[in-house]
Amino acid sequence: MTTATVDPGVRHPAGPRRARLRALLPSLRRSWDRYWYAWAMVAPVVLVIGVLVLYPLGYGAYLSFTNANERNVAQNIGPVHIPASYKLVGLHNYWQVLSGRDGVFYPRLEWTVVWTVACVTVTYAIGLAMAMLLNRPMRFRLFYRLALILPWAVPAFVGVFAWRLMFNSQYGVFNDLVTAVGLPAQDWLGTPLAQKTAVIIVNVWCGVPFMMVAMLGGLQAIPGELYEAAEMDGASPGQRFRHVTLPGLRPVSGTVILLSTVWTFNMFPIIYLLLGNNTTGDTDILVTHAYQLAFGGGASDYAGAATYGIVILLVLVAFSTFYRRRLRTQD
Amino acid sequence: MSTTVQGGPAAARPQVTATTVPGRRPRGRGERGPLASIALHTALLAAAAVSVFPVLWIVFISFGPSSAWQQPSQVARHLGLGNYRFVLLHTGFPRWLLNSVIVAAATTVLGVLVAASAGYAVSRMRFPGHRPLMWTFLVTQMFPVAVLIVPLYNLMVDLRLLDTYLGLVLVYCTVAVPFCAWMLKGYFDTIPKEIDEAGRVDGLTPFGTFWRLVLPLARPGLAVTAFYSFLTAWGEFAYSNQFMRGPHTTLAVGIRTFASDQRADWGSTTASSVLIAVPAAIVFLLVQKHLVTGLTAGGTKG
Repeated sequence: MTTATVDPGVRHPAGPRRARLRALLPSLRRSWDRYWYAWAMVAPVVLVIGVLVLYPLGYGAYLSFTNANERNVAQNIGPVHIPASYKLVGLHNYWQVLSGRDGVFYPRLEWTVVWTVACVTVTYAIGLAMAMLLNRPMRFRLFYRLALILPWAVPAFVGVFAWRLMFNSQYGVFNDLVTAVGLPAQDWLGTPLAQKTAVIIVNVWCGVPFMMVAMLGGLQAIPGELYEAAEMDGASPGQRFRHVTLPGLRPVSGTVILLSTVWTFNMFPIIYLLLGNNTTGDTDILVTHAYQLAFGGGASDYAGAATYGIVILLVLVAFSTFYRRRLRTQD
Repeated sequence: MSTTVQGGPAAARPQVTATTVPGRRPRGRGERGPLASIALHTALLAAAAVSVFPVLWIVFISFGPSSAWQQPSQVARHLGLGNYRFVLLHTGFPRWLLNSVIVAAATTVLGVLVAASAGYAVSRMRFPGHRPLMWTFLVTQMFPVAVLIVPLYNLMVDLRLLDTYLGLVLVYCTVAVPFCAWMLKGYFDTIPKEIDEAGRVDGLTPFGTFWRLVLPLARPGLAVTAFYSFLTAWGEFAYSNQFMRGPHTTLAVGIRTFASDQRADWGSTTASSVLIAVPAAIVFLLVQKHLVTGLTAGGTKG
């Protein structure tokens, strides 16, 4: 495109600005001629994302600088329209959150990080193990694969109900098993620690199939010759795993771990549906806490929820930028 | 199943090694002793049991009387379809089902079409805005429900889309499309460019190449994204809970009224859970053999 700006400039030495302007038009036209097809094909996505994600995001960011809550947002009570009366409060909300003055943010953040790391690590380990077990010729392979992917096919809330039923302290099947062995019945969802363990178990159960399928694909993409060569050089199974399998899985692992971290960090339905309102708030991660702020009991604090949302987003963007950069430098 | 083919060369190897190493015949790769086989199958069986049990448990309870969950041991003696009859005839379930089917089907079709065309453009054409778009696809995954839901609610009110199918479908597309486009972009990358060029030489427009040549070849990738879009819409709770009211309630929200904090009608909950899981399982069975190929292509090249 630079060629287009050079030529006319020579021809009109008197008015370089006008010349540049005149040159810009054809160059715009040319890039339109060249790219309109690509732009037309991405237009629906851009439109949907722009209207339904970026605009709300901007609006949410704006709300986070205000004191909007249930009482002062615009409302329609019958035919009467009450205009919004909230006002800008600057960084007040962020200060409240980040200084720890609301008394909730840092404990929630800590648990969110623990929850994310625990879930992703365990899910990745189990998913990889299952994929390695499945990735070999054997009998009943299809059966095992179908059985292991099943939790993915079941909608999350159905899976959560199943677990809730099994965890039930009075009539759950876990307590039947435990008492059958002669141990005292447990209150599986009673204490905060038990609740935390339970939500992690359920999330791992839901998350393993995705991880396993991705890893299975990654394993199959590793050329068999690499293993043969390693075997020829006398590498033990452990060495082959460390020096052939793991590096071969790098591209898939990188993407999958990033996605799964982001999803787990924002995992809403499992925690919300497994525990309902029978929680002290200790099991709330940042996202469920923000949801409680906006739609939970009591006065809805829209500004607070928006602030939490923006903070979550910033944490995730920072993490993924850092993560991708590290991946790239390691390559 | 292309996967078994990979074991081919390995399975052929033992004969070679057996001739080179006299005496104790070493085991080739892909070959197992009986002990290893038992261990492998035990491990897989245990894992399969853990993965399947919760689902089977729900199915089991659902066939009992409505109070069966309190005495699981009694279920086997009182098998019946009472829960199903109640759910189908005396609750809002059929209506919720209809709502969910409409929303999920529309999300799948719309989501896959939009994601495919965007994924193709990003994969094949270099245009200004190419990199920011890929970055947006990734970052959109990170938007927490909590930050979007209030502004989206207001937006839906302004656009008069609140409590409509279209509104919910569009919202679900924002969740499903970026991920699907990202994956499909990776999948299209694995399809040789020469195919496009051949199509162009034969006089197809770029869109014609995409529609008539590349899309049919990308069926595995499309299957995975369709599966993902469908499940996104089928099981979503948070948006649906806020946006849809009364007759437009979807399954995930409706079913929760059976097992609220006040009463726990686990008979109805389990029966409707089974009914909900069946369509998802059918879609899943249809696409599962494509899952591995489709997902990896997206993952590695993403």
